[in-house]
Amino acid sequence: MSNDAKSGTDGQWPLWEVFTQAKSGAPHEHAGSVHAPDAEIALQNARDVYARRGEAVSIWVVPTAVIAATSPSDTGPFFDPASDKAYRHPQFYKVPQGVRVF
Amino acid sequence: MTPSNVAQPAADDPIRVAAFEGRIAAGETIEPKDWMPERYRKQLIRMMSQHAHSEVVGMLPEGNWITRAPSLRRKMSLLAKVQDEGGHGLYIYCGTETLGVDRHDLIDQLLSGTAKYSSIFNYPTLTWADMGAIGWLVDGAAIVNQTVLAKCSYGPYARAMLRICKEENFHKRQGYEIMATLSKGTPAQKAMAQDALNRWWWPSLMMFGPSDKDSPHSAELLRWKVKRKSNDELRQRFVDLTVPQAHAIALVLPDPDLKHNTDTNHWEIGPINWDEFFNVIKGNGPCNRERLEARRRAHAEGAWVRQAAEAYAAKQRGRAQSTAA
Repeated sequence: MSNDAKSGTDGQWPLWEVFTQAKSGAPHEHAGSVHAPDAEIALQNARDVYARRGEAVSIWVVPTAVIAATSPSDTGPFFDPASDKAYRHPQFYKVPQGVRVF
Repeated sequence: MTPSNVAQPAADDPIRVAAFEGRIAAGETIEPKDWMPERYRKQLIRMMSQHAHSEVVGMLPEGNWITRAPSLRRKMSLLAKVQDEGGHGLYIYCGTETLGVDRHDLIDQLLSGTAKYSSIFNYPTLTWADMGAIGWLVDGAAIVNQTVLAKCSYGPYARAMLRICKEENFHKRQGYEIMATLSKGTPAQKAMAQDALNRWWWPSLMMFGPSDKDSPHSAELLRWKVKRKSNDELRQRFVDLTVPQAHAIALVLPDPDLKHNTDTNHWEIGPINWDEFFNVIKGNGPCNRERLEARRRAHAEGAWVRQAAEAYAAKQRGRAQSTAA
């Protein structure tokens, strides 16, 4: 048995990121990750690890390796374009006193 | 997610360290891809992996009693609790992997005996009342500790703690219910509960670690907000919570020096036997060897499950390719 345990990948499986939806209509949110040899087992593992108490009505799993993300060093320049555009917010616009806009 | 370590400088740039400490001081949360000092990363890997190992080894003392639970209700609760501990181990291993280590290597360290885990799990579970004492005291102490860790500066660790704390409230209550039931039972049952409390009280207090003046890591971890309260503060909070709970179920805490300080409104305990604590950590506890052997055996006996999962995945891939072709 101990020899068998050393053979193959011994559970050294790819990492999947898990996103759970708490209730219908809510967004899927990152819950954590699991290791699994394929998507089907990743979903089952995700259910056992992140939804033992009915925390989810839907689960997505995504191979961690295919997720592209911004890097913290880019944070400034990457998001800069949004920081000087106050005119995208309603507070930028003046409304005559006493008028209810919303 | 796994951070890219490529851009990490060999030695920590003091300017970056200062900026990092500024972020911590401002109450910001550190995320996996953020720059962090090597020492912060190492300390977190050490703490988080020990924590994950503790959850996994923590399944063993209780797993021991699943087949002997006194009723179906108790058996279902215990099964669910032990399954939770396995889940908690996985949450924290997953959090540790965001620091650039591999779960597989961490598990190898546990199985080879080089990794540390909480010394409490090296004590034996001799009677059913031990299931009550563990849930009430060991999970109770863990909740006090983890509630504060849920505010730690490292995001993935803090988020894992939030999830764990929610689940462990059930662990504590089911344990306390066992103790309360035994305490109201026959004289023999009450004696069993008292005996379990006598054996688990001091090791539970040791779970918070040595006094801060003797804790080698405390100062740095507090500065980096990995820890938010000192070991002694957390231990005191646990004592203050637990003493009235013991009184409520007519059990006596095994500490002749225990007294209420009316000025501070704290319960003061007698001296802790730290020699025992360090001895258990060094591997000389009652069950250190037994726990590791049980863990190795479980890992080896689970090999066929892992192999079957892989064979199934390979077969499914093969089918998908042949339909595509």
